[in-house]
Amino acid sequence: MADTATAERPQPLPQKRRFLTETRRSRFTAYTFISPFFILFSIFGLYPIVFTIYLSFYKWDALGPMKYVGLKNYEFVTGDPTFWIAFGNTLLMALMGTVPQLIVALFVAVMLNSALNKFKNTFRVLYFMPNITSIVAVTLVFSTMFGNNGMVNWMLNTFGMESVPFNSGWWGVKIAISTMVMWRWMGYNAIIFLSGLQSIPTDIYEAAKIDGASRRQQFIYITMPLLRPFILFVTLVSTIGALQLFTEPYVFLGQSGTGSTRQEGVTMVTYLYNEAFKNGFFGTAAATAVLLFIATIVFSVLNMMLSSRMGGDTGRKKA
Amino acid sequence: MSTLSVTRKKPDEPGIVAKTLFYVFLILGALVSIFPFYWMFVVATNGKDAAFQIPPLLTPGTAFFDNFARVLERTEFFRALLNSVVVSTAVTLSVVFLCTLAGYAFAKYEFPLKKTLFVFVIATMLVPAQLGVLPQYVIMAKLQWIDSYKALIVPAMVNAFGIFWMRQYIASAVHTELIEAGRIDGGGHFRIFWNIAIPVVTPAMATLGILNFMNVWNDFFWPLVVLKNRENYTIQIALQQLFTNKDGLDFGMIMSATFTATLPLLIVFLLFSRWVIAGLTSGAIKS
Repeated sequence: MADTATAERPQPLPQKRRFLTETRRSRFTAYTFISPFFILFSIFGLYPIVFTIYLSFYKWDALGPMKYVGLKNYEFVTGDPTFWIAFGNTLLMALMGTVPQLIVALFVAVMLNSALNKFKNTFRVLYFMPNITSIVAVTLVFSTMFGNNGMVNWMLNTFGMESVPFNSGWWGVKIAISTMVMWRWMGYNAIIFLSGLQSIPTDIYEAAKIDGASRRQQFIYITMPLLRPFILFVTLVSTIGALQLFTEPYVFLGQSGTGSTRQEGVTMVTYLYNEAFKNGFFGTAAATAVLLFIATIVFSVLNMMLSSRMGGDTGRKKA
Repeated sequence: MSTLSVTRKKPDEPGIVAKTLFYVFLILGALVSIFPFYWMFVVATNGKDAAFQIPPLLTPGTAFFDNFARVLERTEFFRALLNSVVVSTAVTLSVVFLCTLAGYAFAKYEFPLKKTLFVFVIATMLVPAQLGVLPQYVIMAKLQWIDSYKALIVPAMVNAFGIFWMRQYIASAVHTELIEAGRIDGGGHFRIFWNIAIPVVTPAMATLGILNFMNVWNDFFWPLVVLKNRENYTIQIALQQLFTNKDGLDFGMIMSATFTATLPLLIVFLLFSRWVIAGLTSGAIKS
């Protein structure tokens, strides 16, 4: 009966059976319609992930035979100072690029949503524009500004501060890269917050106003709690994105043409990339990928716990 | 208590100072967003050292074509542009078709494990793309797809976001009665999809198409991994290659290329901004 799905069309069937095959046919159609995703994902998504974990226990240069080495790859990676520099850099830049960005984004969203703003659409488009630029383009443009004699240093000098070596200093590099990340994503996140703000029914505010709540009270008691799912989502996505930081440091610090990234800006993914595609150590690169994945999970969970704690706290403090 | 605060609450209507300050901040923020685009243009149209003048040069010049000529000397810019157009178009057509098909099945069919499978699709969006990159590279090498369009197109032919996006839209926009009517008239499943569902959901398909085109156009990591040969570079790789120290950084040249590569997307975005913004932020709003 199972193979009738394709061949059964012409033959007339009794009433009850026909209904059954009709259901089967429609199920078969549905599975066919969704199958491309599952086939492609199995080959290019799921299998590679499983194979990465497997590979992390082997020594391999992508050409010769694979050799089982147990946990050696993990020992090598966790014993490599560069890995820990990459790890630290990634976390630091995630913090520097995300925290101020989300705070600014929240304020921008509130301003965009304000009744005072008579040009909502225009500003929405303007604030969103950075996000459509490619990361390579963003990095190149900001490289001109963060050059040793670039505009940013000129501004610092004008305000009586000393120049910062943005493409070689320990902090300089991180500030430059975080700025690029912030510029590209602030508006995007502001627009997400904005749609969150717009989803809050206005009568809640009306009621609060009648009860005599000030603007600040309205923000703390109504806006923030109702915006929480959006804040959670945005922080989660930003965290995952920040841990995968690659293109900005790779392009910004790779201008020597050798393609190697300076230690000041090396991230977990640039470390992974170099291990595999520069040094040919696929095993250690795979171990790095697994560690990156674990880090992603840990920080996502931490993030969610922290965000929900913070939401609870603001609620309690006022009570 | 409430009467007290009501009387205190007079200054609800903001004064002229507050209004001005409000717009000053809003405009300042917008300027920060736009300035790099303008700066790109300024550097692209001025001489080699325009990026490093003191005080900074802020007016466009006339050297764009001189700068761009140097781009053409160094890289096969138009070849890279063509590669990007071909790859982005192929991926986009495929993504729009296959995601609509799958989204339609998830929205309008009943089948065992439907919920589980859909949750699975959503969950795949949270897995970092780089996790599987090494085996993906090995697969491409085994298939001898390194340095070919196929390596860029085939793995990207359908994606979870597209399925999610189309499902949400189809669920509300395509009426089940229409589909049932089509079935009573004896239309095949695919015929009904093609003739009844597709015409209703073209706006969502167009949005998905634009978003996807921009994503593929801007992608850097995967092309960097699988493209070795200069003539196969996509535009992003070509741009990155221009950025070398070999004979001093020629930012006029680099920015003229960057500007040319960014302009098409900028125009598309400004024309369809409402759709693009709705699409790019939908993930958050629906969840």
